[in-house]
Amino acid sequence: MTLLSIDHLTVQFATRGEPFTAVSNAALTVEPGQIHGLVGESGAGKSTIGAAIMGLLEGTGRISDGLIELNESKISGVDEAAMRDIRGSRISMIFQDPLTSLNPLFTIGEQLIETMVEHLDLNASEAKRRAIELLNRVGIPDPKTRIDQYPHQFSGGMRQRVVIALALCSEPEIIIADEPTTALDVSIQAQVLELIKELARERQVGVILITHDMGVIAETTDVVTVMYGGNIVETGPTEQVLGDPQHDYTRSLIAAVPRANRKVHRFPKLSYDGRQTDFAIEELARNWPKQEAPDGPLLKIEGITKRFVEKRSIFPSQRRMFTAVDDVSFEIRPGEVFGLVGESGSGKSTIARMIAGLYQVDKGEVYFDDIAVSHAGLDELATYRRQIQMIFQDPFSSLNPRHRVDAIVAEPALHLGVIPKDQINERVSELLERLGLGAEAGSKYPHQFSGGQRQRIAIARALATQPRFLICDEPTSALDVSIQAQILNILKDLQEYLGLTMLFISHDLPVVRQMCDRVGVLRNGQLVEVAETATLFSEPKNDYTRELLSLMPKTDLLSSQDLATAV
Amino acid sequence: MDAIRRAWQSDFSWSFRRSPVAVVSLAVVLLLVLSAVLAPLIAPHNPFDPASLNLMNGFSKPMEPNAFTGDTFWLGTDDQGRDVFSTILYGMRISLFVGFVAVLFALVLGVSLGLIAGYVGGWTETIIMRIADVQLTFPAILVAMLIFGIAKGITPVHMRDEMAIWVLIIAIGLSDWVQFARVVRGATLVEKNKEYVQAARLIGRGSGAIMLRHILPNVLSPVLVIATISLALAIIAEATLSFLGVGAPPTQPSLGTLIRIGQGFLFSGEWWIILFPAVTLLALALSVNMLGDWLRDALNPKLR
Repeated sequence: MTLLSIDHLTVQFATRGEPFTAVSNAALTVEPGQIHGLVGESGAGKSTIGAAIMGLLEGTGRISDGLIELNESKISGVDEAAMRDIRGSRISMIFQDPLTSLNPLFTIGEQLIETMVEHLDLNASEAKRRAIELLNRVGIPDPKTRIDQYPHQFSGGMRQRVVIALALCSEPEIIIADEPTTALDVSIQAQVLELIKELARERQVGVILITHDMGVIAETTDVVTVMYGGNIVETGPTEQVLGDPQHDYTRSLIAAVPRANRKVHRFPKLSYDGRQTDFAIEELARNWPKQEAPDGPLLKIEGITKRFVEKRSIFPSQRRMFTAVDDVSFEIRPGEVFGLVGESGSGKSTIARMIAGLYQVDKGEVYFDDIAVSHAGLDELATYRRQIQMIFQDPFSSLNPRHRVDAIVAEPALHLGVIPKDQINERVSELLERLGLGAEAGSKYPHQFSGGQRQRIAIARALATQPRFLICDEPTSALDVSIQAQILNILKDLQEYLGLTMLFISHDLPVVRQMCDRVGVLRNGQLVEVAETATLFSEPKNDYTRELLSLMPKTDLLSSQDLATAV
Repeated sequence: MDAIRRAWQSDFSWSFRRSPVAVVSLAVVLLLVLSAVLAPLIAPHNPFDPASLNLMNGFSKPMEPNAFTGDTFWLGTDDQGRDVFSTILYGMRISLFVGFVAVLFALVLGVSLGLIAGYVGGWTETIIMRIADVQLTFPAILVAMLIFGIAKGITPVHMRDEMAIWVLIIAIGLSDWVQFARVVRGATLVEKNKEYVQAARLIGRGSGAIMLRHILPNVLSPVLVIATISLALAIIAEATLSFLGVGAPPTQPSLGTLIRIGQGFLFSGEWWIILFPAVTLLALALSVNMLGDWLRDALNPKLR
């Protein structure tokens, strides 16, 4: 028996001009106990389907056509009062951010009990008994005590478990989970996904799992639906769709997923909808200054430490400091890409910022080309700044929204005096062209570009000073997977054709596998292991590294048919 | 041409055209500002030219021929025979001038201090923001009166009337910078952690350049909103001070001075001497305020 069925669903948003169609003619079904994955890139319409089922379309959105049925009764187009009865009791939802989906003013017990009393007609003591049972089931230790605690007393992963308990407590028939693990670290992600899987089987609840992550889809779902631009392009059993994709878009999406088990030279340039852009980094090599590589390491870091103030006080005994980076040493050889991996809070960005000179180094020293730069004079610092550049995580915040693109790209080179003023326009337009942004890009503003284009503008800005060393701080974690593949290809080109040395920071092990020659693993501000990438993935020495590797979403299911064709 | 077409099609202009309140407010503001600027050309009389005045015209009623001279005045005359319509036009010049310059002064002061407080942080921030907090505990009009009183004490007697307008501007400006500083500091705290600021620091850009070139353009939209609403408040503050007799001198009457003069005749039947300046002040302050409200909604993406 089909639990949920959606047929020719079309969702439109009214705008100033023509209505915008976010989802067109979508159809899918969910069976009891089944996990149905909805995968696609940003703007594909996957979250809109979730919101349409819940009757929670934002703003001017409305279902303009189609039918949604829950247990053979129609739930689309019913009035708000009827929808309120369905929402929360027959359908519940798990959101991305567990911090904002729990009410911080009530204990988790109050939130669970209220929901159960409301929807299940229980009395308060019976509801409390069941709430404790449920918390126990989702893996909250000591539920009798913790039920009286407030959301802020739980860690991120525990909070998401509470959210799952809250979604389950009204005994819904279907749960919509919208990117439930995107805000979590890998170790917690694996546990939460496992829990959702177990509970769906055990309680015969249908789950719609919305995600952009192919690894999550491969690990968790039974059936998968692939969306692109508001349309469903392919649907079927997960193994079949991932292992033998039929549609060109699915193929290009799968080929762009970085694998943990094999390194590709470049990601395949499978174009879909002509979105592939042509960049020509090798052309830049002609005018690139040839620098003599030092015999030793280009960058050497010796025992750097960074402490942040946690609690200020005028009394020294009351002050509390937090050690973000604790006595870290490593070397980066000329022409190599060195990776730093770790979970959030492990100190990887702090290290990048200390190397870049954005944070003071509390203890230790950074040597670049044998010059101590952490305590350098102004002249030496200026020389150093000409040779390093940085690419940031969020392309929406790394470009000043009020500056034109040509001014953004020109600023570092002009300020550092690398290029005379009369030649700057030539350099900027060459860079924009080589990065596939076109000649007119310079006269536009950042908001006129997509995330991937913005990241290419940021790369152009970094290259304008012709640096020797590039710091990449999670350069692709804010991007869709196909854009990520493109940016990673560019970065690989930079290493190969321009001989750039790079520090590559990421939390994503498969990406690190693709990019780095050597990798350092960080945990709580300490470097626990440094090894060649291949060695690290095949024979990890440290227990923590081993744990991280075991928690990576498995990509074995994914088809590798297009990887071989890659050059 | 292309730029004009783009501006016309922008979301900002679209939301302006869709809001009747905004269109009407802007029309009223433009009408009042233009007639103030062009007062010497429009006004039928020059109220400051004693030669053009005729005491016999005193207390003429609006739209009625004077009993002695037979002259007709649209909005009547005051006790000295000055045309109320003309005095309003000239009075608005003073009110608007004081309002604009005072807000500009408050804006420059407040935005600079707010930027510095937000970007530099530490003790600098603490000192600037505590001064702002202390100032907020006094009503703005009290601060303005205090400054006005001190200034009056230290300026030489013969310069008092000339200086009065500038003292008024400084008094209103100094009582108004706090909200600019607070909003700009808040916005600066958000902007300074964005990665484009890190990118500028990476290449060794100095604090001044980062504040002016990078952060300032990104914190200006709330400033524009506050400036508009402050303009209405500054015009009212000026009128209040002038009404209390500590503002614009009778030789350069502003709308507030006119209202003060008019209130003496309120109970003796010459209602037009106070009513018309008061209505003008109301229309000016209200329309500027409405424009500010609309601007706040239009520039705030969260409300859209």
